[in-house]
Amino acid sequence: MEGIVGYGAYIPRNRIKVEEIAKVWGADAPSYKRGLMLEEKSVPSPDQDTITMSVEAAKNALKRCLINPKEIGAVYIGSESHPYAVKPSGTVLAEALGATPEVHTADLEFACKAGTEGMYVVLNLVKTGDIKYGLAVGADTSQGAPGDALEYSAAAGAAAFIFGRENVIANALDTYSYTTDTPDFWRREYQYYPQHGGRFTGDPAYFKHVVGAAKGIMDKAGMKPSDFDYVTFHQPNGKFPFRVGKMLGFEKKQIETGWLVNKLGNTYSGSSPLGLTAILDVAKPGDKILIVSYGSGAGSDAFIFEVTKRIDKGRDLAPKTRELLDNNKCYLEYGEYAKFRQKIKKAI
Amino acid sequence: MRDVAVIGVGMTKWGELWEKSLRTIFVETALLALDDAGVDKIDSMYVGSMSSGLFVGQEHIASLLADYLGQAPVPSARVETACASGGLALRLGFMEVASGMSDVVLVSGIEKMTDVNGYEATYALGTAADQEYEGYHGITFPGLYALIARAHMEKYGTTREQLALVAVKNHLNGSKNPLAQYPFRITVDSVLNSVMVADPLRILDCSPITDGAAAVILCPIEMARKMNKPVVKIIGSGHATDSIALSSRKDITWLEATYQAGKRAYAMANKKPKDIDILEVHDCFTIAEICVIEALGIVEKGKGGEATEDEITYLEGKIPVNTSGGLKAKGHPVGATGVAQVIEIVKQLQGEAGKRQVKDPRIGMAQNMGGSGGSTLVHIFERE
Amino acid sequence: MTSPSRYWREIPQRYRLEANKCKKCGLVFFPPRLICPQCQNREFEETKLAEKGKVLTFTIIRVPPQQFVDQAPYAVGIVELDDGVKLTGQIVDCDFEDLKIGKRVKIEFRKIFAEGEAGILCYGYKFVPE
Repeated sequence: MEGIVGYGAYIPRNRIKVEEIAKVWGADAPSYKRGLMLEEKSVPSPDQDTITMSVEAAKNALKRCLINPKEIGAVYIGSESHPYAVKPSGTVLAEALGATPEVHTADLEFACKAGTEGMYVVLNLVKTGDIKYGLAVGADTSQGAPGDALEYSAAAGAAAFIFGRENVIANALDTYSYTTDTPDFWRREYQYYPQHGGRFTGDPAYFKHVVGAAKGIMDKAGMKPSDFDYVTFHQPNGKFPFRVGKMLGFEKKQIETGWLVNKLGNTYSGSSPLGLTAILDVAKPGDKILIVSYGSGAGSDAFIFEVTKRIDKGRDLAPKTRELLDNNKCYLEYGEYAKFRQKIKKAI
Repeated sequence: MRDVAVIGVGMTKWGELWEKSLRTIFVETALLALDDAGVDKIDSMYVGSMSSGLFVGQEHIASLLADYLGQAPVPSARVETACASGGLALRLGFMEVASGMSDVVLVSGIEKMTDVNGYEATYALGTAADQEYEGYHGITFPGLYALIARAHMEKYGTTREQLALVAVKNHLNGSKNPLAQYPFRITVDSVLNSVMVADPLRILDCSPITDGAAAVILCPIEMARKMNKPVVKIIGSGHATDSIALSSRKDITWLEATYQAGKRAYAMANKKPKDIDILEVHDCFTIAEICVIEALGIVEKGKGGEATEDEITYLEGKIPVNTSGGLKAKGHPVGATGVAQVIEIVKQLQGEAGKRQVKDPRIGMAQNMGGSGGSTLVHIFERE
Repeated sequence: MTSPSRYWREIPQRYRLEANKCKKCGLVFFPPRLICPQCQNREFEETKLAEKGKVLTFTIIRVPPQQFVDQAPYAVGIVELDDGVKLTGQIVDCDFEDLKIGKRVKIEFRKIFAEGEAGILCYGYKFVPE
């Protein structure tokens, strides 16, 4: 059966606390922390971007499965912060891993869902037998406009999955996608920061599609919430995953393992994928995992995975997600954060 | 091979010479040398210049300057080996006279560095490093020497104060040199409190950006003996290369090219380190002087800092180094430095160094280095 | 100024640390060489550098070249990799006070610089604490 053969995560070490951002804009930090259920978020260093994080996450994935990179037949990076407007990110990743030149590469985007899009495509290429292994990465260094609510949560991180048919550590039992045209969050060309529809981003957007995809896949697979050991949803803030989980009939303890947002922030295309890596770090053979992403615009991709006996083989060969989240942190003040995120630039 | 002497020297004040162009600075300097030598016509000329192209957008200066000096159609060559371009010009001029191919050869060096802004000047100087494997990563020249300094301090216990003393000494000497760019004294405190450029090196550990030229006239020794001045003969010339990338060197704290060039010069001159009375060395950064005197065998390996602290290399010391003020106080118009070093040695040997005069030196050495030590020229001079 | 072709040519070294090894005396060269400077042999085998090593020396660049103005101050060092090859590169994700000779580091893929607002993005290796 086809499924995940190797997985890897990458989180930059810098963090900024909600209080630090609130201080600058005169906002009420405690209410933001409560409202968003968020304490701090990751911040990429100026020398990090979607490409560099994807390379490191993919290298971690390779460390766990030890396949020959030349056998990777497809490489996709899903992101809404690709470093170039025109020039693929995936080609840099493919070169860095040594998967070139016999490889298919495309850059994917669909707001925060781009990571799972890549997973969907690569899984199906493996299923058709067209490729032996495929690599899908969800990575972002997205930004929130200064002083906007999104500034508290927009964070950086990457998760990489290698799919294949041999030596699978998590079988892909089913997939389901739920998509409509819903303009809840967007960014026009030449605009630096995105815009969003405020409360419109809630029920008609996030909740409708996550619920639609989750119900859809459970119907298709003939499963119910209690059949799952773990579930991870897209995490735009700390509250939404628990709210949608409750709406669907999941319990807190199923959600907690993959719930990283309170210390990580919203890593956009990396969000639910990183949740999945954190789950794979501790899951046991036979465990069933549901992952439901969400991308504004709008859509959700859902996958059901079942962990195999091989899960232990590679687990310790690369850093675990919670290690990356908790260790070697460096807290920034707003000024340095603004400089790192190029909100202010040195005049030369 | 014939014996070769230096019969004339020319140098004007170095500094930020806003009103003077590259060609003006060169011609004024070269004319002084020609007058000093009492010659109207030269058989050949060499111009050392690291990068007239990057600094003033002008290549082909060999012919440009030959023409402006009024000497065209004289054969003229511009030579480059980063900051050792002047020393290389000397070696080639020396070989041309020694071989008998020419009698009167003008050896000069020139750099006009102030027509570009600080970043462009830093970039131009940075091209002496490995562009793809050093410069690509954001290293600068102070950075490269800082890497050497830290390794030297760790390995031999060289101190921050000892580095500062090199600058203090050279400024003390430079304050007696009317042609120096910065003819004033500084203290250890002022070095240690100056702005940090690349830890542990501060701005006062670094030689400056300078406009300037230097010229000497070489001739067969018989011609020199006819003049009314002590004869200064070139008795040794050594040239050696090393990888330009610091990371490729076996020992980061050791200047192998300087050692090899020195060895060759000593062999040719049939002299040993203890025979040298006075030196001009390439103190592009304070740590450089310390490493150079070790590599030349003037002091034991690792003891360069101590020797400076013990004032062995001071003007009144056992073996004065950089009586001219060195690159630090005199200035460092890159291509000109190697030739200016020769001028100081010649003046010292001839007893014309004024307030900087060392007592009766007979044998002098000039060491000129490129980049972080990728090339070195060493010449030894003797007063007959 | 880094032209696209000059950048692209060094990709195997910058992205994958491809080096070569002298078949006769075993010395490893990065970047790869055509002739061995030690034994003059001209036959080599392809190899890759080790990805971990120790800091031999370091400095903190405070007066940067133009392209790195936004990054200063930053640490640069010479690292001796576990296979004996020495590399120059930036040391990042490390507080300056924690830098010391002998510190164990590993290689990470990072953006080295951007060619202004409109030029290419140049990637390569940097060192982070192990």
